[in-house]
Amino acid sequence: MKHLLGRGVSVMLAAALMSTTAFAGELVINTDTSDPAPKAAFQAVIDGFKAENPDVTVTWNLFDHEGYKTSIRNFLTADAPDLANWYAGNRMLPYVNAGLFEAVDDVWEENGLNETLASAAGSMTIDGKKWGVPYTYYQWGVYYRKDIFEANNIAVPTNWEEFKAAGATLNAAGITPITIGTKYLWTAGGVFDYLNLRTNGYDFHMALTKGEVAWTDERVRATMANWKELLDANFFLENHAAYSWQEALAPMVQGDAAMYVMGNFAVAPLREAGLTDDQIGFFQFPVINPDVPLAEEAPTDTVHIPSNAKNKEDAKKFLAYLARADVQTEINKTLGQLPVNNQSQVGDDKFLQAGNKMLSSTTGGIAQFFDRDAPAEMAKAGMEGFQEFMVKPERLDAILERLEKVRGRVYK
Amino acid sequence: MQAFWKKNQQSIAPWLFLLPGIAMFLLYVVYPIFGSIQISFFDWDGLGEKTWVGMGNYVELLDDEAFYTSLKNNILWLVLYLLAIPAGLFVALFLNQTVRGIRIYKSLFFFPFVISQVVVGLVFSWFYDPNFGLLNVALGAIGLEPIAVLADERFVTYGIIVAGLWPQTAYCMILYLTGLNAVDPEQIEAARLDNAKGWKMLWYIILPQLRPATFIAMVVTIIGALRSFDLVSIMTDGGPWGSSRVLAFFMYEQAFSEYGFRMGYGAAIAVVLFMIMMVYISGFLYKMYRDERGH
Repeated sequence: MKHLLGRGVSVMLAAALMSTTAFAGELVINTDTSDPAPKAAFQAVIDGFKAENPDVTVTWNLFDHEGYKTSIRNFLTADAPDLANWYAGNRMLPYVNAGLFEAVDDVWEENGLNETLASAAGSMTIDGKKWGVPYTYYQWGVYYRKDIFEANNIAVPTNWEEFKAAGATLNAAGITPITIGTKYLWTAGGVFDYLNLRTNGYDFHMALTKGEVAWTDERVRATMANWKELLDANFFLENHAAYSWQEALAPMVQGDAAMYVMGNFAVAPLREAGLTDDQIGFFQFPVINPDVPLAEEAPTDTVHIPSNAKNKEDAKKFLAYLARADVQTEINKTLGQLPVNNQSQVGDDKFLQAGNKMLSSTTGGIAQFFDRDAPAEMAKAGMEGFQEFMVKPERLDAILERLEKVRGRVYK
Repeated sequence: MQAFWKKNQQSIAPWLFLLPGIAMFLLYVVYPIFGSIQISFFDWDGLGEKTWVGMGNYVELLDDEAFYTSLKNNILWLVLYLLAIPAGLFVALFLNQTVRGIRIYKSLFFFPFVISQVVVGLVFSWFYDPNFGLLNVALGAIGLEPIAVLADERFVTYGIIVAGLWPQTAYCMILYLTGLNAVDPEQIEAARLDNAKGWKMLWYIILPQLRPATFIAMVVTIIGALRSFDLVSIMTDGGPWGSSRVLAFFMYEQAFSEYGFRMGYGAAIAVVLFMIMMVYISGFLYKMYRDERGH
């Protein structure tokens, strides 16, 4: 027993030594991909990388999704890994500004990523440099109950009038048109993004989230007026402020609500809840202003090299591997999302096919998401305002003035 | 050396024994307090350079609706949370009897204090759920419209305080139960002989003897009200649209949450909260000091 204990301690010591002394060829990766599918996907990528680079030892630290958002700040400064996953757009700006991410333009150059990952190049660029490699993204849009639409003789709406008419029909049948849970606010951000993209277009939306346009602008009011039309027509689930996005899936599963403005990650829980692919459908958010080119929302997930990384050479090798078409095909098959690399194959899943078709034909531009395009503080205030507006639309002026005040402070 | 030690042993020894405690206290309590006060004068995201803004954070705080909402809710918490004291006293008096199995009842009443605040928050969120929550099932049974307590800015803070009162009452109850054990039976007997019973007995005989328990119950309840955070975070995440924020949650939100990382602003909120707590803490210290000198 004593002998065993002694051995156990020495193994632990050895393990502790291994993890602290970074000798050449050791690669430390931190990710927050702790949900089953992302975890399996990353496991496969790392296994594949190890098979091609047998001289590199990979240490992979898995973090819980929520905890990661705080820990990343600590480990980037104190004990940096060689690679860490994060998000594109404004979400990575604080780390780029603080000099904690390494520019990886050479990886893009040497591997021809400027061609293969072209669609995400814009959201990876800050100050003319690229700061990471995107490996997956997913579409947003309207997920709906096909069977309910059919039972009520509703065709998939393609424009604003049809959309409102569909809602009226659903309401008449005692079905809530759109389910939503705004307890954690961001779901309301998704609705705002689409209404604004359809009302004013991509360029205006980006200018707004970059703080170049006043929140009290007439064009913002136009977006909100469209939103109010939906509110007046009882489009949204009652008491949505009490629910998380997962809780708001229930009315849709039970057939009490017919649509959900959501990201593709909503499909998995809908299927798990027992809906079949014949019951779930997807359509592009309908046109509001026909003069505005259709822009879509597709948040991109990325991997970065921290500036304090010890083994940047192998880290760059890993990024090149992760950017490869065949690797992105595989990882996204497991994730159930879309590969960024335009040479990759998209999974057979009908939602992925639909999303890919929609996004690859998008001419208006691709937004990341409200809380990735706008800086954190603005995003928080904005989404809180949207939630309040959805319940108390009469407070619109006060809300917009409050947001304008925040804008004055955030973008200096 | 020897002589010095001999001469001053009496005065040095206590300090030597206190030293570890003082060191810990300075490092983990005093230093962070002054550290926070210092940070509150800067604009800092926790990563980059700190920028000196002087009283800027405090000026902004005075112009921030969210601050006043939090302050108002904190006052509501302070006032309503005190209901736990009479409620705890009532339960304690009720349970202070010798019946078969009373220990089981006592433990059952103490149960809400033992379970985690997170669980309390979850249980009450379900209780208030507009669709299947017990509250709305009950309201429906007597023909009333359902109320979405946690999604309505008018009710949300009260809803959370009620959830907080559940464990806090249990806490006060246990304080009073131990206090009741120490009540002098002879005094009660004497009061009986003088024909005191019911309210008179409680007010003139029992309560004065429970004063130490009341004092502690008061202190823990006030501190508990000011640091109310877990329930707000679990039940509403500060919402709807920030109307159930309290100062502690507001501080967390600004400094550490997903959309926060304004360390200076968060520190300024913490300093304000600290000042409010100081009012009570100094009152508490003053009373302790007076009691000590009294003996």
